[in-house]
Amino acid sequence: MSDPMAEIKASFFVECEELLESLQDGLQVIYDESDDEETINVVFRAVHSIKGGAGAFGLDTLVSFAHKFETTLDEVRSGRLKAEGNVLKLFFTCGDMLGDLVREARDDETHDEARLEPVVNDLEKLIGTDEVTGEQTNIEFEVTALSLDLDIGTPEDAGLGSDPAWRVSFTPSSLLYANGNEPQFLFRALRDLGEIEVTCETPDLPHLAELDPEHGHMSWVISLKTNEAKDAIREAFEFVEDLCQLDIAQSQDQPPGLGNLPPADHSGTDEPMATMGGDADLPAPPDEITSDTDATSDEVHPSPASGSDVPTADARPDPQDLEPASAPPPPIPSDPSAPNARRGQNNATPKATVRVDLDRIDRLVNLVGEIVINQAMLSQSVEAVGIPPNSPVRTGLEEFQQLTRDIQESVMMIRAQPVKSLFQRMSRIVRESSADIKKDVRLRTEGENTEVDKTVIERLADPLTHMIRNAVDHGLESNAERETLGKSREGNVYLSALHRSGRVVIEVRDDGAGINREKVLAKAIEKGLIPPESQLSDGEIDNLLFLPGFSTADEVSNLSGRGVGMDVVRSSIQALGGRVSIHSEPGEGTTFSISLPLTLAVLDGMVVRVEDETLVIPLNAIFETLAVSSDDLRTFGPSTHVINIRDTFVPLIDLGTELGYRSPLGDYTGGVVLLIGQEDGLSAAVIVDSIEDQRQVVIKGLQDSYGRVPGIAAATILGDGQIALILDPADLIAQASGRTKPYSAVDPCNHPSDGTTLEVREW
Amino acid sequence: MVTAHTSNDKTRDSNVHEYLSFLVGGQDYCVDIMQVREIRGGAKATTLPHSPDYMRGVINLRGTVLPIMDLASRLALDTETDGDRNVIIVVAISDRIVGLMVDAVSDILAIAEDDLQPPPDLPADQQRNFVSALTIMENRMIRVLDLTAVLPSQDEEAA
Repeated sequence: MSDPMAEIKASFFVECEELLESLQDGLQVIYDESDDEETINVVFRAVHSIKGGAGAFGLDTLVSFAHKFETTLDEVRSGRLKAEGNVLKLFFTCGDMLGDLVREARDDETHDEARLEPVVNDLEKLIGTDEVTGEQTNIEFEVTALSLDLDIGTPEDAGLGSDPAWRVSFTPSSLLYANGNEPQFLFRALRDLGEIEVTCETPDLPHLAELDPEHGHMSWVISLKTNEAKDAIREAFEFVEDLCQLDIAQSQDQPPGLGNLPPADHSGTDEPMATMGGDADLPAPPDEITSDTDATSDEVHPSPASGSDVPTADARPDPQDLEPASAPPPPIPSDPSAPNARRGQNNATPKATVRVDLDRIDRLVNLVGEIVINQAMLSQSVEAVGIPPNSPVRTGLEEFQQLTRDIQESVMMIRAQPVKSLFQRMSRIVRESSADIKKDVRLRTEGENTEVDKTVIERLADPLTHMIRNAVDHGLESNAERETLGKSREGNVYLSALHRSGRVVIEVRDDGAGINREKVLAKAIEKGLIPPESQLSDGEIDNLLFLPGFSTADEVSNLSGRGVGMDVVRSSIQALGGRVSIHSEPGEGTTFSISLPLTLAVLDGMVVRVEDETLVIPLNAIFETLAVSSDDLRTFGPSTHVINIRDTFVPLIDLGTELGYRSPLGDYTGGVVLLIGQEDGLSAAVIVDSIEDQRQVVIKGLQDSYGRVPGIAAATILGDGQIALILDPADLIAQASGRTKPYSAVDPCNHPSDGTTLEVREW
Repeated sequence: MVTAHTSNDKTRDSNVHEYLSFLVGGQDYCVDIMQVREIRGGAKATTLPHSPDYMRGVINLRGTVLPIMDLASRLALDTETDGDRNVIIVVAISDRIVGLMVDAVSDILAIAEDDLQPPPDLPADQQRNFVSALTIMENRMIRVLDLTAVLPSQDEEAA
């Protein structure tokens, strides 16, 4: 990379994505459960970190918005504001807006002031503008600071009048302000720890005429009574540690040893702080600083509250002793009443992750695919040589085979990602679309940690958006209607994901009115999609929704109803090798289920032979297989057959003929018929010579090396090293001629180009 | 690429390029050796439906799906000598890899650009389009195959 800054910036944006995700998560938790302090902190932190990074890159719009958001969140954090109802809604909007701003900054787009403004106004209404404007002028802090020491007293402090007192002296550098930090917030964080008294010291304050408003001239001395460990105090300053002079020491006038903090540990834990604050009496080796800063800034490891843990701490400030003090993994504080402000924000241990270029993974996936093929070829040749089955070579090979499978599975899992990011996008869709049409809608998600191939997730976003909007717009009744029906005023849309027999099932469900079948039927007839006298079952009527050009909405709303909905949804899901089905109960709601393969790199297929060619047919397209008896076959036209399947006539398609391997046979007795179906029922019976196998195959694109072949989706390599083509059943059927009888006028060697629209790609 | 050599022959007189020569339908052809990836024996190709006659199908080249072109058929040459045309020259051109099925690989020739002459203009012979230059080696006329003409560009194919 030529520009190192660009690289750093890129990683900042990647981080932003993660932060935005945890922000959304946090808000959702608050929405679902309660505004517990930890969650608020997570949200606050996410916003804060984005602001910090944005400040470093000079993304002013982002900074100022994040700052306002943060200020409001801090009101919640300090308990002055309740995160519920409209406030919470505003937070969600802010979260979305923040995401937009981040993306705009990333893509160098200009943001839409008009959209931002109402949100900012709402935020300012919540916090009162004076707080916002006062942020950079230090002088005002004297007032605020003084007011802080009275109104607090945390419950655990109340009984312990004699908590150990700490003296924190804090001298911010101008960088601290430049990065958008705010001493006031720091004091508030300290206040959460115990009783504080803040004194502002202004010996360095120049005369007004010489005052540079961009500089900080003040320092503060905070005396804090708390039984928290020193680390907890230090943590309040976590973000600003290197932007200020900080000195945390135990007050001399307080009798030590009353709390659960033995005074001795003081020297055992706080040496890096001491160094940072320039404290002369506790020198520590310089490397100590770096390691400690790392530990505190790294949110993966909550900094150890080792103070309360080490009652036998050594009093000697021995550098040898100090060294390991910060190095070992953080012990869990034994005293549960001494949680620091930020510990436990992630109740589950954060997973260590590595970011890897997708190309590398794809290469690995390819290579492992090769191993699998190679291994199969090896097995075949070992067998061919005639080595007995229980010989060491054969058993070794079998173990190798097992291992290869394991490797393949694990590699496939690397590409898998939880659907969470997708679901979060959907929750935004719900919020925005429900606000647009003035319905109260709540999205409830389930199984968001279900993992699916990354490509599937990416390509699922559009169809899912459609379905969610449909559910909000068409599925749910209006608020008033719901109330008269005795339902909750707020409509529910459920989005769930789960693994079921090697596939992923994603369901979009609403508790609305269900499909109005009469209306659907009438509409379909009116649009000429079906003949007027059609007698359709409920399921068939429901499936009419998937017909191209179908839309029931009487009025085309902003959201949906343009008639390009569900058929597009279905085709894009089919393109992913998936199926979509619909189920509806009048008055109860509608459910759409999408069933998808776990990965696009492998496919379950049926290996068939036709005219000495081996082909693979995706298993998800095959409904049924059966042997043909001559009784079932009926001549239809002069050159076509239909097959009688339980009294339904299905057109017969000769795969060999359609692919140009042979001319129509005329007599297909003895062949095997595969019933190829689409969601709305059977569509064709494809006849092949025999079924060889049913197996998982690794998909190899044909597109890059050759180009598109009609009726063929891709290729794969079989165990014998031969390439087999993977059929695209939908395409094949759509383009099939259906010719199954020899036609005398046609030259037998000629490929069946008559009556088909197949075009031969010249290259 | 090959065309570039001929057009620049005034300025790069001393340039000698190496070519891989081979036999197709009884004629001598060669391609710039820099475009050749490897030479391998024939394998049973999987037929591609609806493909032109000269496409033999695809084979597995260590996990890559490699399209095989029957060069004799592509050049509309006499394909009587069927059977032993069992050598595949894997060539790479503009990011695509294709196997050319030929009768036999003959030699590697070093040809100076000066020795290359433009093919004569014979409208009756469609084949001229595929030959960018001619040269004489040991009394045999060797045709320099224009690979870009043999394999149309990706754009053309997408059109």
